[in-house]
Amino acid sequence: MHKLLTDSPGQTMLLLGNEAIARGAIEAGVAFASTYPGTPSSEISLNLFQVSKESDLYFEYSTNEKIAMEVAAAAAISGVRSLVMMKHVGINVAADVLMTLAYVGVKGGLVILSADDPSMFSSQNEQDNRYYAKMAGLPLLEPSSVEEAKDMVAYAFELSETLQEPVIFRTTTRINHSSAPVVLGNMKQRVTKGDFKKDPFNYVTVPAVARKLHVRLLKNLEKAEEIAESSQYNFTEGSGTWGIVCNGVSFNYASDAIRDLKIEQNVKMLRIGFSHPMPETLIKNFLKTCEKVLVIEEGEPYMEEKIKAFAQEEKLTISINGKGNHLFSRLYEFDPGMVRQVIANHFNVPYTPPQIPDLSDAPEVPQRPPNLCAGCSHRATYYAVKKAAEGMETIYPSDIGCYTLGFLPPLSMADIVVCMGASVGTSCGFSKVTDKKVIAFIGDSTFFHSGIPPLINAVFNNHNFTLVILDNGITAMTGHQPNPGVDMTEMNLSGYGQVSIENLVRAIGVPHVTVIKPFNVKKSISAIREALEFKGVSVIISREPCMLYAKSLKKLKGNRFQITDKCKNHRNCINDLGCPAFYLRKGQVKIDADLCTGCSVCAQICPEHAIAPLPRPLPEAERGVAGKKGDNV
Amino acid sequence: MNITRLILVAVGGQGNLLASKVIGEAALLSGIPVRMSEIHGMAQRGGVVESAIVFGDAKSTIISDGEADMLVGFEPSETLRALKKGNSKTVVITSLAPLSPFTVAIGKGVYPDLAQVQKIIRAKTARLIALDAVSLAKEAGNVMSVNMVLLGAMTQSKKLPISSEKMKEAIAATTKKAFVEINLKAFDLGFSAADKSV
Repeated sequence: MHKLLTDSPGQTMLLLGNEAIARGAIEAGVAFASTYPGTPSSEISLNLFQVSKESDLYFEYSTNEKIAMEVAAAAAISGVRSLVMMKHVGINVAADVLMTLAYVGVKGGLVILSADDPSMFSSQNEQDNRYYAKMAGLPLLEPSSVEEAKDMVAYAFELSETLQEPVIFRTTTRINHSSAPVVLGNMKQRVTKGDFKKDPFNYVTVPAVARKLHVRLLKNLEKAEEIAESSQYNFTEGSGTWGIVCNGVSFNYASDAIRDLKIEQNVKMLRIGFSHPMPETLIKNFLKTCEKVLVIEEGEPYMEEKIKAFAQEEKLTISINGKGNHLFSRLYEFDPGMVRQVIANHFNVPYTPPQIPDLSDAPEVPQRPPNLCAGCSHRATYYAVKKAAEGMETIYPSDIGCYTLGFLPPLSMADIVVCMGASVGTSCGFSKVTDKKVIAFIGDSTFFHSGIPPLINAVFNNHNFTLVILDNGITAMTGHQPNPGVDMTEMNLSGYGQVSIENLVRAIGVPHVTVIKPFNVKKSISAIREALEFKGVSVIISREPCMLYAKSLKKLKGNRFQITDKCKNHRNCINDLGCPAFYLRKGQVKIDADLCTGCSVCAQICPEHAIAPLPRPLPEAERGVAGKKGDNV
Repeated sequence: MNITRLILVAVGGQGNLLASKVIGEAALLSGIPVRMSEIHGMAQRGGVVESAIVFGDAKSTIISDGEADMLVGFEPSETLRALKKGNSKTVVITSLAPLSPFTVAIGKGVYPDLAQVQKIIRAKTARLIALDAVSLAKEAGNVMSVNMVLLGAMTQSKKLPISSEKMKEAIAATTKKAFVEINLKAFDLGFSAADKSV
């Protein structure tokens, strides 16, 4: 049985924040869940996917976040408790639904989880999605800890049903990827069937209806504000006259700092967990008891702006600070030491920060950036494209996935990355205004997600570029989730369809379509060259399973390779491929047999044919992975 | 209770997330408050993976520079890179088996001299326990049990509020059954290696 289905209320379990959120949804009786995976949200959906196989919970990996939200919205409109989860930038994709779904409302609870990523550990920006709640006019909840996150999910479902509105549940990476002991609660019975009652004058958002619905939304907001005023998630601690207002993980850092600085008697803290609409009366009353206020929030000055406006309305002249020089930054995540220092400075508390060791006499440590895996098919494709494009002036728009890592030397195969699908869209523009050869890269999952409409655009507007679809048969970066191109029987799952990328591309009318096997280097280079010479839209589908996924299915074949004494140290293998299985020992190139997966690409490009298979595969015991669980991405 | 802050640094794939999980479960078994954080996703593709574990009555799940009571490095150059997490009172445990970053192979960096790495760590911290965790893991029967070797060394240092028994109980409960015996042996080897380390 899946551990999140453990039916023993009161038991304490060590849970990852994302597991706690999934458990909270299960305890709340969530019956319908959808997602497009994205770090740091991915383990919530992964756990619900697993749970759905053992229960009557419906779960789906939708093709993108907009679809995931539409799917969940329909379930909730039909009265079924639903959860849709995504990373912060996924909300951008789903924003079109979100803005008008707020007008339409729901019947069953709908919780929209946005996993923000301050510091951009695995994201292209660090946008603060609290503003989405403000823009859409929807309630917003933000937990401060793993255990609170679990309970807050149930509260979110209740709130959603009370207001008949979706509720946005915002986390940050340090909630999603922190672990703590969590006490399990009771699991509510799931109600999996709903009903849709026709009501066009509330559901069909033609202007006459929408005008009425906007009035209702604003009334709902007033109701939400009333609830926020007395919500258990907006609370004060302490009774001093130094005011601290905080949210999310900042509450943890501030709490620890107040204790470390021994200023418990001086500080009164307001923790905002129900942060849209902001509880006006609660905040105004708080401000009236303070001499000076510090607002501690990662990201944008979302609370600070509102609090200053409240103070103005009350004609309060106390100083209220948050973002600024010598205060908090809008950049990156906070940490306990930084928060302690700013609190000490702001309230003039004597404080000596810990002595960070002076490492000026230490040797420089070589960088260790993330890299494409040894045996990654993307490396082979990049090499082949680079060779095929030799002599051409190129632009390489790329996209979001493992393959983005190909931007690093020695491959250097990405010139611009913006958002999901933008490799194809930007190629249309680049090819029109420059005379360079535009070669775009997109992964299979990202192609399904948002690469298809721009490809249709390219065919319709007769653009001139080559799109390389890196089809490794799985959504690799976020931990091997399915996508519409995946053969689900390989996961021992039945009842799924499968969409062929090749048929799709041909059906769109792309005039030049080629399928290559990238580990066959010579053939791939010549097929790519032909596609590059074509005037118009050409598509290359580079098909080779993700090595890690193949390994997990025990489908990884092939001998590992070694450097033989024919090696004359040309180092094409190292300098052109950048495969991490290579290393140097006393100036001589070597292959780490534990890392080599036998893709054979290096053997094919060695000018001396000095790279040869090891005589026999190493026994499994020497290759195997020792009891490692949870080490996937 | 008093707060103890532990940082684990490793190269993606070395098993530090499993080590953190074992420590978390052991704390839970011991009734000790614990909070942890880690980084997943893109950073794990052969990059540096860091976990923070905070024991005691703190709410924070991450550890600022200069504030770790113990720093454990699964790879010596990564231990050195993370040294700013510690201070003059920090106990450092490091494996001495290097995993050279790819940047060295393409000439974009020089791997630091191991003797110098140890000398610097010794000079800046309270104690260094240095051991070849890879050899010990191989001796235990599986090269992948480096994490268990280091758990043994951490437990021996007595800097963490967790007993040897609870740590072993957590290893038995958390790691795959087929590997428990090897893992416990690796733990013991790490424990005695740290015992001998001055």
